[in-house]
Amino acid sequence: MSQHIISMKDFSRDEIDIILNMAREFEPIARGSKSSLLSGKILATLFYEPSTRTRLSFETAMKRLGGDVIDLGSVESSSVAKGETLADTIRVIGNYANAIVLRHPREGAARMAAEYSKVPIINAGDGAGHHPTQTLLDLYTIARESNLSDMRIALVGDLKYGRTVHSLAYALSLYHADITLISPKQLQMPDIIKKDLKKQGANIRETSNIEEVIGEIDVLYVTRIQKERFPDTAEYQKVAGIYRVTEELLENARDNLIIMHPMPRVDEIDPSVDRTKYARYFQQSFYGVPVRMTLLAMAMGAV
Amino acid sequence: MKKDSVEKKPAGSWKKEMLVRPIRQGTVIDHIRGGQALNVLKILGIYGTTEAVVSVAMNVPSKVLGSKDIVKVEGRELEQKEVDRISLIAPDATINIIRDFEVIEKYRVELPERIDGVVKCNNPNCISNTHEPVISKFTVNKKPVDLRCVYCDHVISEGIADHLI
Repeated sequence: MSQHIISMKDFSRDEIDIILNMAREFEPIARGSKSSLLSGKILATLFYEPSTRTRLSFETAMKRLGGDVIDLGSVESSSVAKGETLADTIRVIGNYANAIVLRHPREGAARMAAEYSKVPIINAGDGAGHHPTQTLLDLYTIARESNLSDMRIALVGDLKYGRTVHSLAYALSLYHADITLISPKQLQMPDIIKKDLKKQGANIRETSNIEEVIGEIDVLYVTRIQKERFPDTAEYQKVAGIYRVTEELLENARDNLIIMHPMPRVDEIDPSVDRTKYARYFQQSFYGVPVRMTLLAMAMGAV
Repeated sequence: MKKDSVEKKPAGSWKKEMLVRPIRQGTVIDHIRGGQALNVLKILGIYGTTEAVVSVAMNVPSKVLGSKDIVKVEGRELEQKEVDRISLIAPDATINIIRDFEVIEKYRVELPERIDGVVKCNNPNCISNTHEPVISKFTVNKKPVDLRCVYCDHVISEGIADHLI
């Protein structure tokens, strides 16, 4: 396994299984047990785009393992505003930290950063590209709350611009999941990604209707339609609010259904669903901590 | 090295060859897909102001390709980098090296596994399209020919010639 964590395509199923098993061991620490595993180590967080959950869960993971965090701060107040290239920033910060978590608006930024970095780069999202740590925590949530093998999952919402669903669908294809893609026509998963998934042996079908599949699936993975990814706001308005998961919709759900969401949500899951036995999205955001602990410990050579 | 004498060819192909005159010294690029000759010239850096002696035949009937283009360049043998570029837009092309009117070497172009610094990524949001110190890199899929950006995963499958740097 490479020291960098850039894309799910760099992981085999065996490597994913190792990470998920290890995350289980980190769970008590994520809940507050003391650890000094990464004592004396420093993590640098470079977020060129806004982030709440990803940044805070990385910080939490690092601090709960006894390490420290340094943060680039806002791009406007850093050397980036003076015109410094990412390649230079990475080489400078690499002198201070043991690993770098990077979120950047450009696709491929993390891959390029890895070419310049002497410390491990962990990709926390590169534009509409990859977000592997989100995918790993999604897989961990499914493993903990449902079952990763032979499961039926529906991915709902923005399947065109949503980076989390591309990475997740790719990883699920390694587990031979039965994947249903639910989106309006304008937001369908790009053909090239579907082609890649089929090449992996994924079983895929497409529909625009949640009701059609709600009674057949084990996992309903809902995504936000991301306004910021639309080149045109008129296009966004046409599809905003098109899917809404409600208690009424869930009347036909299987008993063991779990509902996931990478968060933040807007209106795609009705708040009344939070009280149902199906909701797992808050649990899912907690699982980000043990999974990121595992990745940090691996990147820094502590496990 | 495969020797292939021009004189040994049957009469029919002589007629095709004579569409453009034989060259003494240089390179004949044959079996270029019809319509790609001007892109091959672009790859070779041959524009309107060139002083090189160049002959071009376009849309010559071909049993294998339907129609093909031929480019003959006097006094020049190609570098591997140029051949790699040609292979992207004309994967069936053959390169004939000519000395004293004789074909002294003939080979088919071969697509490389990876191609660096040759094609610009078609994703405007790719990190390789910024002021960062990064050279474009693509992995090459051979059948059908398409290029996948190492950085952003975007695929160029049509109009590769339009993306040549």
